[in-house]
Amino acid sequence: MTPSTASTSTAIGAHGALKPLSLLCLLTLLAALCFLSVAIGTREVSWEEIFAALNGQVNTVGEAAVAMRIPRTLLAVIAGAALGLAGAIMQGVTRNPLADPGILGVNLGATLAVVIGLAWFGMSLASAYVWTAIIGAGVTAVFVYLIGSLGRGGATPLKLALAGAATSIALSSFTLALVLPRNDIAGGVRSWQIGGVGGATFDTLNLVLPFLLAGFAISLLSARKLNTLALGDELAAGLGEKVALARATAGIGAILLCGATTAACGPIGFVGLLVPHLCRLLVGVDHRWLLPFSAVCGASLLLLADVAGRILARPSEIEVGVVTAFIGAPFFIWIVRRQRVRDL
Amino acid sequence: MTAHMDNSLMKVRRGRLKRARSWRALLAIFVFILAAGFALTLMLGQSFTPLQEVLRVLLGENVPGASFTVGQLRLPRALLCILAGCCFGLGGVAFQIMLRNPLASPDIIGVSGGASAAAVFAIVVLQMDGVAVSIFSVFVGLGVALLVYGFSYRNGVAGTRLILIGIGVSAMIESFIAYILARAPSWDLQEAMRWLTGSVNSAQLSQALPVLIALLVFGGILLCRARDLEALRLGDDTAAALGVRVGVTRITVIVCAVGMIAVATAVTGPIAFVAFLSGPIAARIIGSNGSLLIPSALVGACLVLVGDYIGQFLLPSRYPVGVVTGALGAPYLIYLIVRVNRNGGSL
Repeated sequence: MTPSTASTSTAIGAHGALKPLSLLCLLTLLAALCFLSVAIGTREVSWEEIFAALNGQVNTVGEAAVAMRIPRTLLAVIAGAALGLAGAIMQGVTRNPLADPGILGVNLGATLAVVIGLAWFGMSLASAYVWTAIIGAGVTAVFVYLIGSLGRGGATPLKLALAGAATSIALSSFTLALVLPRNDIAGGVRSWQIGGVGGATFDTLNLVLPFLLAGFAISLLSARKLNTLALGDELAAGLGEKVALARATAGIGAILLCGATTAACGPIGFVGLLVPHLCRLLVGVDHRWLLPFSAVCGASLLLLADVAGRILARPSEIEVGVVTAFIGAPFFIWIVRRQRVRDL
Repeated sequence: MTAHMDNSLMKVRRGRLKRARSWRALLAIFVFILAAGFALTLMLGQSFTPLQEVLRVLLGENVPGASFTVGQLRLPRALLCILAGCCFGLGGVAFQIMLRNPLASPDIIGVSGGASAAAVFAIVVLQMDGVAVSIFSVFVGLGVALLVYGFSYRNGVAGTRLILIGIGVSAMIESFIAYILARAPSWDLQEAMRWLTGSVNSAQLSQALPVLIALLVFGGILLCRARDLEALRLGDDTAAALGVRVGVTRITVIVCAVGMIAVATAVTGPIAFVAFLSGPIAARIIGSNGSLLIPSALVGACLVLVGDYIGQFLLPSRYPVGVVTGALGAPYLIYLIVRVNRNGGSL
């Protein structure tokens, strides 16, 4: 009895020590990807130019190119982390393996809100962008969740995914209807269809950063609550958790993250679906570990997708939203196939 | 005993007759509405053309002014609306009946999207035109249908799995279309809108011809198979017990429905939700009085015709028909989901 207990506890201990180690590995990977993202692009640059540009010099064309890539890389890291984290939270809050800000239409809700703000209210203040996007994301999330959880069985994956898909089609139709007659709306139809990090500047970053930081803080602090929610509503309530409050707080965190990300990059799908599933394979279901892992993995994934988009379509580039759809959709199909029909 | 049998037989026969009669009456109403809509779209527009002039143009006379507006602008457009609407409605309802789920319509499970992506690819990248585009998108549409079907096959095809996998495939296809459009050298809004939501702008009579042929050939085969298709509604086992060759029927229906939809999509783009909406609307009107195939085709034609008219003239600025049907259809889809969720049954 005693030896076996001891061995279990050491196993847990070893596992516990493994997690920080693998988080460290992932962070190293992320750093390497950041470097790649700065180094790779349409223009070939030398090592000296990269280091010079990282030190703030923009004397040669190469250095200027690298300097352009720095905010883009930072935005990809932050947006990826936000989307990965938001996906993990949404899957935890809805207890649903198919929850993802893209599939649930939350990103498109943010897009529509921004377009409405631009078209009807002549929104010009850049900070208003972020607020409207967050409001749009919040309204859509609540709407889709309400529709998906009507009826028997609550929010099953099928109902939630369908509600999300229907809402997405409606939202993109309304967005098109608003953008079409208004050629003056910045970016036109294209930038509201596919998300990308190409045009990032430090101004965009500064704009969304406070919202994202608040979102990160709320999300990471709700890890313990999500663990309790995972036991089921009755049990969670029995353990003294205020179920509705916990859901709402975590949800607000996720909405802040998606809304601000969409305001900066446009709708990017599937990162929030894929990353938490991969991280669950790595660290299990404990949200205290799952959430930081999802953030780091999400950042790496989006950065990787961005770099891949630049390499694949040289000398042009593929928007990161297209790349993530092509990585993420097969993964989505795989998850659907793995589920038993009864669970769907 | 015999009298009793006779009596109940009479009752069944009378009921059947009554249903057939009301089906025919409803069909006549559909045809009348469609014909009236067709005539009105030919007469109304930026300027009003009286009915006599429209008729003279249709008979081939040269009427100054009206020949151009009616013959060159309105007629091709209205014809294309009707033909494409019939294709979408018929193809959509065939899928819905076969898979016994209104959500399994070609525009939700990615078949229309696949055909649309093929058409964009063929036009922008391969520089094809005309019939070649149609044929290419038929094959790609079939490929996507088989892919979705194949992926959802695991100890039989479950409707829910098929729909979810279709949603995933559509997401991929949509981003592919967006990517090609963003790269197209001659990227202009009108063309892009056609492939994003569907549009009948700048329709020509020559474009309507392949759609007409597809409607006659594939639609004809579908209608000949209508009895087997309706039997599939009872479930595969029951249909097989009734003597329907389930596999053959399925393949025929898939090929025909995808063929029609792909050819129409290659010309107009995926006009949002027409394939999805026509069947349920026709079912609401017809009830259990008879086959849904022809009524759905007519409803589809009405939807596209009316949607296009609304988009052209009744809104503050001109919209392609797909934006109108998309904005009308999406709330209906949400309503359908809400209703199903509340009842817990099928649609």
